Amino acid sequence: MFAHEFVRNAWLAGTFIALACGTIGWFVVLRAQVFAGDALSHVAFVGAIAAAAAGVDERIGLFTLTLALAIGMGALGHRARADDVTIGISFAWILGIGALLLAVLATSAAGASGITTANTLFGSIYSLSASDALLAAAIALAATAGILAATRPLLLSSLDPELATVRGIPVRALGLAFLAALAIIAAESTRAVGALLLLGLIAAPGGAAAVLTARPYLGVALSASIAVGAMWGGLALSYAIASLPASTAVIGLAACAYAGAGIWSRLARRRPHDTLLSAGESG
Amino acid sequence: MIPSLSPNPIDDVRRLFTYPFMVNALAAGTIVAILAGVVGWYVVLRRQAFASHTLSVMAFPGAAGAALAGLPTALGYYVACTAAALAIGRAGRSPGAAAGRRGQVGESAVIGTVQTVGLAAGFLFLSLNHSVLGGPETLLFGTFLGITSGQVLVLLAVALAALVALTALARPLLFSSIDPEVARAGGVPVARLDALFLIVLGLAIAATSQLTGALLVFALLIAPPAAAHQITLRPLAGLLLSVALALLTIWLALAIAYYSIYPVGFYVTTIGFVLYVLARAAGRIRRR
Repeated sequence: MFAHEFVRNAWLAGTFIALACGTIGWFVVLRAQVFAGDALSHVAFVGAIAAAAAGVDERIGLFTLTLALAIGMGALGHRARADDVTIGISFAWILGIGALLLAVLATSAAGASGITTANTLFGSIYSLSASDALLAAAIALAATAGILAATRPLLLSSLDPELATVRGIPVRALGLAFLAALAIIAAESTRAVGALLLLGLIAAPGGAAAVLTARPYLGVALSASIAVGAMWGGLALSYAIASLPASTAVIGLAACAYAGAGIWSRLARRRPHDTLLSAGESG
Repeated sequence: MIPSLSPNPIDDVRRLFTYPFMVNALAAGTIVAILAGVVGWYVVLRRQAFASHTLSVMAFPGAAGAALAGLPTALGYYVACTAAALAIGRAGRSPGAAAGRRGQVGESAVIGTVQTVGLAAGFLFLSLNHSVLGGPETLLFGTFLGITSGQVLVLLAVALAALVALTALARPLLFSSIDPEVARAGGVPVARLDALFLIVLGLAIAATSQLTGALLVFALLIAPPAAAHQITLRPLAGLLLSVALALLTIWLALAIAYYSIYPVGFYVTTIGFVLYVLARAAGRIRRR
């Protein structure tokens, strides 16, 4: 399998993207910002279309638009957390602009736009070049390192913003930086996993880890390993079964991990068990 | 060929009704706007924008799956949206508006996972069956050109069923949306209501997405009701205003789209966004 260069590139980029998604995913689930992550990943698609319409490199569009939306959401919301109606309306509008740009592209430069669209929406990890893969891995690694470095203040400001403010942690700036990191990961992963499927690699491992343990460091490690495991398994599966797209396989495995975690913790909860979610499930 | 505007606006409006496809589109748009206005008002009240976005995205796997199985597309929409509503309702446990933060932690991860699984399945169906659907754009961004009168009748039936269900549930649903704890204490079956509402929402979204496309249903479902919430807090006035704004959005969007080459989804989202911004500004001025 590793004899082909495109497979090696896919594994290199995929591993580090999954690592970044899994790491940030745990915090996204903890902060209940899955919807914001969803908006960022969908908007990444519009960024790619806009870049194609303007004739610039795809990455410029991806990063500009996701970062702009992250900062916008952070600025509008209370404590850098926008409420869901604001997120919903602004990103629906951006998607509408995407529909317009798509029509502009289709009427002006007739031809290959359909394939680009499908690739941006659903990702084509096997079409990454060696330099693309290296860059993706580097960006993902940098984002992961940034989040890990800020783990303690981020944890405190997510769980108890008042206490964090008292302790001198800049909660608002940290929230903005978190959204910006999420935007960067979303923009970079769009090329591999696809704008529509990226959320699964963020929400499912984070959710699974949150079900399994309440301990933060273990949770982050678990979430990251589930994401990487799903990525490896998905890549191997899609290589073995030709008609199975890589992103579908990856998302399917991540979702299976989440479902499995839910079932396992239900079976294990014969004795009182302290998890992050047990308080929410008593109602 | 794109029709051009004449100097006489009344004549322009009359010309909108000359083609059967346009009459069907306007009829479908009207039904969908009334439905989305009412259901959306509850969605905004219950803070379920994420859940409704997820349900709206389910239209994509539904349509792709139906095409693969050789079934009518509309059937795929309804089946997929209802299935996703059931999945979210079962796994999300307490999707009430005032569910505690810990409740929401689990819920939003579940919704996000359901959404991507649906999309991944849709992508799989599409790649197994690429020749029939052509491309994902129409499914995701919608078209109002191909609506038949049979579809309008189905839409009408679904909308009537959903509206009757919502009218019957109106009072307990309002109660349990505003204060689930007190409603539960007062004997209202909150969990069952939550699940029922999700199913009604799924049906409404399946109906709407045939017109606006899977990604943009959301604009019609959230923007007019959110604007109404900014202007009034009274339930009945809010519901009526929300329906009126939704009707205005879809009529304007269809009329503009008829005279332009660009997709109706763009106009729906833009008008919805502008309405919301205006309503926010109006609400802020009034509160001074």
